[in-house]
Amino acid sequence: MAKEAAGSSGGPQPERPSGPGVAPDNLMVKCPKCKEILYSRDWEKNLKVCSRCNYHFRLTAHERVSLLLDPGSFVELDAAMVSVDPLNFVSRSQSYAAKLQEERAKVGLNEAAIRGYGTIEGLPLSLAVMDFRFIGGSMGSVVGEKVTRAIELGLERRWPVLVVSTSGGARMQEGFYSLLQMAKTVAALARLSEARIPYFSLITDPTTGGVTASFAMLGDVILAEPGALIAFAGPRVIEQFMHVKLPEGTVNSEFVLQHGMIDAVVHRRELRATLARLLRLYKVPEAERAQQSAPAAQSSVEAATLLSRQPAQSRAEVGGGQDGLRS
Amino acid sequence: MVYDLEFEKPLAELEKRIASLQRKGERLRPEEHVQLQEYERELRRRTEEIYRSLTAWQTVQVARHKDRPYTADFIHLMCEEFFELHGDRRVGDDQAIIGGPALFNGETVMIIGHEKGRGMREKMYHNNGMPHPEGYHKAIRLMEQAEKFGYPVICLVDTQGAFLGLEDEERGQGSAIAASLYAMARLRVPIIAAVIGEGGSGGALAISVADRLLMLEYSIYTVAAPEAAASIIWRDKVYAPQTAEAMRISARELYALGLIDELVPEPLGGAHHNHRLAAENLKMALIHHLQELRQIPVDRLVQMRYEKYRAVGPFGFAS
Ligand SMILES: [Zn+2]
Repeated sequence: MAKEAAGSSGGPQPERPSGPGVAPDNLMVKCPKCKEILYSRDWEKNLKVCSRCNYHFRLTAHERVSLLLDPGSFVELDAAMVSVDPLNFVSRSQSYAAKLQEERAKVGLNEAAIRGYGTIEGLPLSLAVMDFRFIGGSMGSVVGEKVTRAIELGLERRWPVLVVSTSGGARMQEGFYSLLQMAKTVAALARLSEARIPYFSLITDPTTGGVTASFAMLGDVILAEPGALIAFAGPRVIEQFMHVKLPEGTVNSEFVLQHGMIDAVVHRRELRATLARLLRLYKVPEAERAQQSAPAAQSSVEAATLLSRQPAQSRAEVGGGQDGLRS
Repeated sequence: MVYDLEFEKPLAELEKRIASLQRKGERLRPEEHVQLQEYERELRRRTEEIYRSLTAWQTVQVARHKDRPYTADFIHLMCEEFFELHGDRRVGDDQAIIGGPALFNGETVMIIGHEKGRGMREKMYHNNGMPHPEGYHKAIRLMEQAEKFGYPVICLVDTQGAFLGLEDEERGQGSAIAASLYAMARLRVPIIAAVIGEGGSGGALAISVADRLLMLEYSIYTVAAPEAAASIIWRDKVYAPQTAEAMRISARELYALGLIDELVPEPLGGAHHNHRLAAENLKMALIHHLQELRQIPVDRLVQMRYEKYRAVGPFGFAS
């Protein structure tokens, strides 16, 4: 369930933080958690983490990429991909098409996720990174497609896949199409898993709804930043639904760690090194001989039909051909 | 027949007149007999007329009607035999999802569905069809069992959504739904899902990743309940009807968009007017699709399922 961007006070500058508490001038920022006034320069040097209370401010997708990847290694793909408003969604005379244009201008991105590839300490990976500023990081067809393509690139190149989530959930304005993105991304992950390629999920503040209930919670390793809201239903939703009041910060990274839903809570300054360790540990196994290394649906079908048609003796050749393709 | 929804008032009026004439029984005068027949014709005509052009919000009312047949009713009416399996083998037994092996048209299938329960006590027992994580874990257990024995899986979808409590977060509602989607994406037996009432959000999707998705004529499938969607977009539930309209949630509209495989006709005035006929219609559709799916080799089946979901969701490129 996508909340509209709660703190879209960032204005037109795409690199400003989107979280609440950003002061109007660029010299100082106020920590929304402990209310400390921080010097922008110190705060940025501290990777936008409050030096007093450790609050992790929200990062934009591009800030996240600079934080995690080797400098200059990121190659963005499908940056121009946009929603086509499949339902011609208009509610109370506000159109989704207009909303999309507004968001694009305001955020400086075409959608709520970017995707591409790069390296961490020299090790390659395919990744998709979400951005909460764009309609609350909600997942419509474009976000679903970009995450799926990130997974497919991992399949094709046999690179590990990383998805950095921050999302209010499915995008209401694309209706059932949005919901089905959950199934689409998960189906792609099932293929990645069958090809024995590792998938790392990094969950950041806030991540709720359909993203929590799909790819975010399916990592071979699931990491989260400290204090991030991570839930299927966020506290506000639970409060409305159950008519109860929850204490602040009930459902967060530490909570889901304690309940066995994720593997580790990692401070922002340790994230890059942690991912590098994981990339070193989770060596991608060779593709199985008879199995396909390519993600292309058609080619695996063709291979299957081919295999079943070939007489027994020539099967090895088909397998050999696969090896040739892979190298 | 009982017409009790707001937009059915004209029908209820006619129904009352019919009932009062019928009460006279033998004492009915010839001209009253003619009148009765006329009323009955009129009722049928008006019902058809109203139900042909239900608004999205009216469809929501029908899909949620308290007398609509539920999963247990459909199982009872469609299957020769059914043995309910309980429990997720971890924490408990969530009665918001029921399921087990059933004899369906002479063959064993695994039936799994949300059960809302009728009346206060049953509704509490079944948590009004809103599953906890245990419900999804039970569903996964049943699906994997079906795969082991080569039984097709039939899922009946009818929920407002997964339950949203703190305990559900503790036990991993998100993980449970994700795990179910994952299991269905690669399950090596045919899967047919049929929405019989409300397909609400991820809680419904979790048991409807399928080779074929059918919907009863007046059922709905929503990314979030219209009330929830309205409070997300407008921060106010009162805009639920408009939001429902804009989201295109009715079976008919989803069929027109090509997002579902079949629209299963309902009896006149909705499934709640005739459970038996509703079940017959659904059974016929299920048999038809099962027969088709059984012809497909399993590798091909899983491949086609993948391609179907892979292709969903249009997008463009900004120039
Ligand atoms: Zn602070």
